[in-house]
Amino acid sequence: MFPASFGYFAARSLEEALELLTKHGEEAKLLAGGHSLIPAMKLRLASPRYLIDIGQVPGLSGVRVDGESLAIGALTVHADVASSEIVRQRLPGLAEAASVIGDAQVRNRGTIGGSAAHADPAADFPVILTALNASFILQSPSGKRTVGADNFFIDFYTTALKADEVLTEIRVPLPPSGAGTAYAKLGHPASGYIVVSAGVLVIRERSGRCASARVAVGGLGSGPFRAAATEAALKGQPLTPEVIVAAAAKAAEGSDPVDDLYASADYKRHMAVVYARRAIESGVRRAGG
Amino acid sequence: MDDSRTISVTVNGVKHRAEVEPRTLLVYFLREHLGLTGTHVGCDTSQCGACTIHLNGRAVKSCTILAVQANGAEITTIEGLAREGALHPVQEGFREKHGLQCGYCTPGMIMSAAYLLKTNPSPTEDEIKHALEGNLCRCTGYVNIVESIRWAAAKMMKGEE
Ligand SMILES: Cc1cc2nc3c(=O)[nH]c(=O)nc-3n(C[C@H](O)[C@H](O)[C@H](O)COP(=O)(O)OP(=O)(O)OC[C@H]3O[C@@H](n4cnc5c(N)ncnc54)[C@H](O)[C@@H]3O)c2cc1C
Ligand code: FES
Ligand code: FES
Repeated sequence: MFPASFGYFAARSLEEALELLTKHGEEAKLLAGGHSLIPAMKLRLASPRYLIDIGQVPGLSGVRVDGESLAIGALTVHADVASSEIVRQRLPGLAEAASVIGDAQVRNRGTIGGSAAHADPAADFPVILTALNASFILQSPSGKRTVGADNFFIDFYTTALKADEVLTEIRVPLPPSGAGTAYAKLGHPASGYIVVSAGVLVIRERSGRCASARVAVGGLGSGPFRAAATEAALKGQPLTPEVIVAAAAKAAEGSDPVDDLYASADYKRHMAVVYARRAIESGVRRAGG
Repeated sequence: MDDSRTISVTVNGVKHRAEVEPRTLLVYFLREHLGLTGTHVGCDTSQCGACTIHLNGRAVKSCTILAVQANGAEITTIEGLAREGALHPVQEGFREKHGLQCGYCTPGMIMSAAYLLKTNPSPTEDEIKHALEGNLCRCTGYVNIVESIRWAAAKMMKGEE
């Protein structure tokens, strides 16, 4: 299967990519790892007139600490997020999510920026990045803006990115000591994408109480779902097994999942509870609880 | 709009310059332009791993990459794994442990396994299985494939001593 014909540009710099994007507007699509876009083009689900390949643009790849955040270049491939020492030490939940995406070959090619920009409702990164309160740096010819995860993922395959913007970097706040992060996924047995998954950031006080928690659940709707009822049930409480179970039981409250060929809405709600519990337990353990 | 592009790639140590249509998939470039038919097309939908090659040292699915994206890259295919006539230990392992039946998945399996052993020279059985998630085999039931890779890992570790 070949994609339909398109005009191809290999951008050599971010400036060049932005120029091309401005010139070709809605008719153009950026190409990063191509592991969402090329399959869609082969199936003719997408037929962009122009592709602007940013795969070889220098400076958009790699993980580094910048102040209180981890700055991850948009072109960093999943395997490099999963194996990064600093990610594994400080944000194990992010490494966990990166390491269960697709398969080894996909992780060698797909990029974190591509995954975020694509905003597949069954993708892993949007869920964990929402839990971790990541922010997204969007560059346009007229400047840079930063959008938080809660406002970045808008709908099915829809983000805050405008047609003339490139996502250049994802910034993840480094959690304070006494915090734990985790990701737990129920993958579809055939596709490997999520049926349901949960990402958490738990901040534990010395006393053993929960200072605050962010819990995001995937698979329940058009994008990552903030489990607000679960978060509220954890905040200020001692992080005992009973509190965790009771909080996780609220993980699907307020969501509106739909039946699909593989899983009914009820099953997804139930799995949301199970996977939220597992992720919270693991996050609390990592927070020293 | 089908303006052809000149790309330059090094495949199995040999430099090639070629004209390709931008929509040409890397696997077809390797098979049809360069005649390297050892790399197979199984599903053509990014699932089966039969098309696995090494692009700049990393195992990837060449049915999901445009040839133009590989401009400037170093590629190794199954044909380039043997060195000076000596099979790669993973190739030997598949022979010794009967790691194939029809052989359709084999080039991709071997490329994935060779990449695994480069990054993790003594993998556990679970790590081998995890590393092969992107490679499907309809014949063997995988048991002998895992055995073949363990054989290769043991041989390579011995060689290091
Ligand atoms: C077999 C297979 C299994 C997979 N399994 C999973 C899975 O289990 N979980 C999961 O989460 N994902 C999975 N994926 C998807 C994979 O993670 C993709 O790599 C990822 O979703 C997209 O990243 P990419 O770099 O390949 O993006 P591309 O395909 O290049 O681009 C995707 C979209 O994002 C846009 N885009 C890309 N980069 C930028 C940028 N920097 N700024 C603005 N827009 C941009 C493109 O224009 C395009 O619209 C799987 C893919 C395959 C082929
Ligand atoms: S042919 Fe490429 S993954 Fe199946
Ligand atoms: S040996 Fe036949 S598909 Fe694997």
